[in-house]
Amino acid sequence: MGIDLGTTNSLVAVVRSGVAETLADTKGRHMLPSVVRYQTTAPPLVGHEALSDAHDDPFNTIASVKRLMGRGVADVKQLGTQLPYEFVAGDSPVPRIRTVAGDVSPVEVSAEILKVLKVRAEDTLGAVMPDAVITVPAYFDDAQRQATKDAARLAGLNVLRLLNEPTAAAVAYGLDKGSEGIYAVFDLGGGTFDISVLRLNRGVFEVMATAGDSALGGDDMDHAIAEWFMREASIADDSDHRALRRLLRDARAVKEALTTQATAQVEVQGGAGLWRGVLDRNTLNTLIDPLIARTLAPCRRALRDAGIRAADVDGIVLVGGATRIPRVREQVEAFFGKPPLADIDPDKVVAVGAAIQADVLIGNRRDQDMLLLDVIPLSLGIEIMGGMVEKIIPRNTPIPAARGQEFTTYKDGQTALLVHVVQGERDLVSDCRSLARFELRGIPPMVAGAARIRVAFQVDADGLLNVSAREQTTGVESRVVVKPSYGLSDGEIERMLRESFSHAKEDEAARALREAQVDADRLLEAVTAALAADGDSLLSRAERAEIDGAMAALRAARDGGAIGAIKRGSEAVDAATREFAARRMDAGIRKALAGHRLEEFHSLPPGGDK
Amino acid sequence: MQVDWSKNFFELFGLPAQFDLDPSDLLTRYRELQRRVHPDKFASASAEERRLSMQLTTLVNEGYQTLRDPVRRARYLLDLSGVAMNDETDTSMKPEFLVEQMELREALEEACAREDSLRRLAELANDIEHRHAAKLEELRDCFSRGQGALGAARNAVRELQFLGKLLQEIREQEEELT
Repeated sequence: MGIDLGTTNSLVAVVRSGVAETLADTKGRHMLPSVVRYQTTAPPLVGHEALSDAHDDPFNTIASVKRLMGRGVADVKQLGTQLPYEFVAGDSPVPRIRTVAGDVSPVEVSAEILKVLKVRAEDTLGAVMPDAVITVPAYFDDAQRQATKDAARLAGLNVLRLLNEPTAAAVAYGLDKGSEGIYAVFDLGGGTFDISVLRLNRGVFEVMATAGDSALGGDDMDHAIAEWFMREASIADDSDHRALRRLLRDARAVKEALTTQATAQVEVQGGAGLWRGVLDRNTLNTLIDPLIARTLAPCRRALRDAGIRAADVDGIVLVGGATRIPRVREQVEAFFGKPPLADIDPDKVVAVGAAIQADVLIGNRRDQDMLLLDVIPLSLGIEIMGGMVEKIIPRNTPIPAARGQEFTTYKDGQTALLVHVVQGERDLVSDCRSLARFELRGIPPMVAGAARIRVAFQVDADGLLNVSAREQTTGVESRVVVKPSYGLSDGEIERMLRESFSHAKEDEAARALREAQVDADRLLEAVTAALAADGDSLLSRAERAEIDGAMAALRAARDGGAIGAIKRGSEAVDAATREFAARRMDAGIRKALAGHRLEEFHSLPPGGDK
Repeated sequence: MQVDWSKNFFELFGLPAQFDLDPSDLLTRYRELQRRVHPDKFASASAEERRLSMQLTTLVNEGYQTLRDPVRRARYLLDLSGVAMNDETDTSMKPEFLVEQMELREALEEACAREDSLRRLAELANDIEHRHAAKLEELRDCFSRGQGALGAARNAVRELQFLGKLLQEIREQEEELT
């Protein structure tokens, strides 16, 4: 399944009989409001029921939680007045919200939303569905991506891939229309803005550049309108949270009305009783123009990074509910010099693209040559002397990517080096997002500048970072998967999973066994397919027999029902197929180049044969 | 028979190790390689295949980034030929080039201070782009002359890096102003 986990609304889509479509709840509603209301004893309410209570129970009803994902306590303080929740004071780097059901983290709130969508998909299709592609804003940094992945794990989902929202939209759009050429995807959602420039060629979606603002969206427009209400109706700033939530609800209704009408009647509870007024589209435009203007600088940067001009763009695809606003369309048209394409549903297109990608990843579309080549949105670097950043992987580098840089000690006899990993475009560490700190210890004492410490970054296809540091002369090594600053530790996730299952009917051991069996089945299926394709041409009889033996053992263990045996069996199959995997990869490269003239290398300069 | 990690990027893309290269041919080869090695093609494969796929795709990405940019491609070719760039230690430049650089830097500072700085910056960027293009032609010529001109190619690369850095700074200034 494909899940669009949005700031305001979330959707789930699946591919059935080759057609990708979003799924509705029992009342026929496709969009699930991303709102969770915690209750004293009953399980939390999610979606429409929670939304209708938002203004009556503001402290226990969490909306727009996506804005808090991967954020630290300090970031949340900056959002300050916009959020009515009571945050728990403490030394945890992750903000926790106080509710009647206990303290919850943004990851846990998001997991509640994901669980509802998972159940919806399973009920609709009548099958267990653990695998999902989850979309994230292209401009999400590493911490925000990691938090999203944590939420999915907490909801019992196996994340096939984190997919960038504009890329998902391009997939749904491009496959539908059979488009070729350069497309810009302008994605203005409830709380995030992305612009991605892609080149579409025979099923390959190559992201040339991406830019955005992960704290800008339709929500901000609602706030601008609510502030106008407050000025006009003389409502004090310090009104209680219930009143503010009501104002926001009214603001959104007026914004939506003005999409089709020139004026809208307003009725709000003012300081001196009920206030009646009219908001027209021109006034709305002056309220939201500063926000729309903030989308244009990222558009310019994306075009520049892609090395193209606005005129080179063949089409502009609009995504996200806020792109329904006429003023947004006008400004986009003025910037790109051509009208945007508006023949798709901007709310559903991301989930549909995610479902198509999920279908490709689980191998249902072997016939189709679809491939997504994405990039990293923000530069990754490490702190050097003077609080400055040394960039290691620049923004818009295609992923997966790896880069390394050598550093040295600056004091005689220095035995440890602190590595501080940051993400962002600015020169000062304090202006970038801190992702992780770790220490490489055990460097043998040397004079300053003698040690050679290689810091290596590896970004995977989800855009997630892995960092290692190694002293070259002695081989002292330190390695981290970047997540500690704002994410949950693996231990925390496991504990939460255990807790949530102690409430559920299903018992933990049975679940773990089923997961191990599903993993084993997946592996057996993959190896069987690989053997059918290349077993005869790439393996000797003895090698083939060894793999067949390991597979037979795994099949027996799988049916035997002992988790340890299944895991050992899976590892044995992995080990037995190692050489085969390498040969297949090599054969793949040969085939890729077979259609081309294979040049001779006589022009290789001397010394070039290394 | 193993995945050959010692292949250089030209070999990986099945291209001759030379400066001249057809960008659209490189792009086609890049896409074909990606179709074979990308992690999406191995999402449900064994852990070993997934690991290999990520490493190989990383290599293909790095190779594409290196070969498609003429200056990086030139640096890489020089490296393969055993001509070191020594960016840190070797700071000697032709005096006339240094003078030109100083003048361009002054022009940049002056442009930023002016009221019509955006227009000034655009003019300066245009000027530097022309110099960059001319220098690239010089570099191409060096590579076509073979072994004897590799030293000259190295100098051209260093000058191109200066110009590239200057262009980058102008872009950043423009970004700040808009």
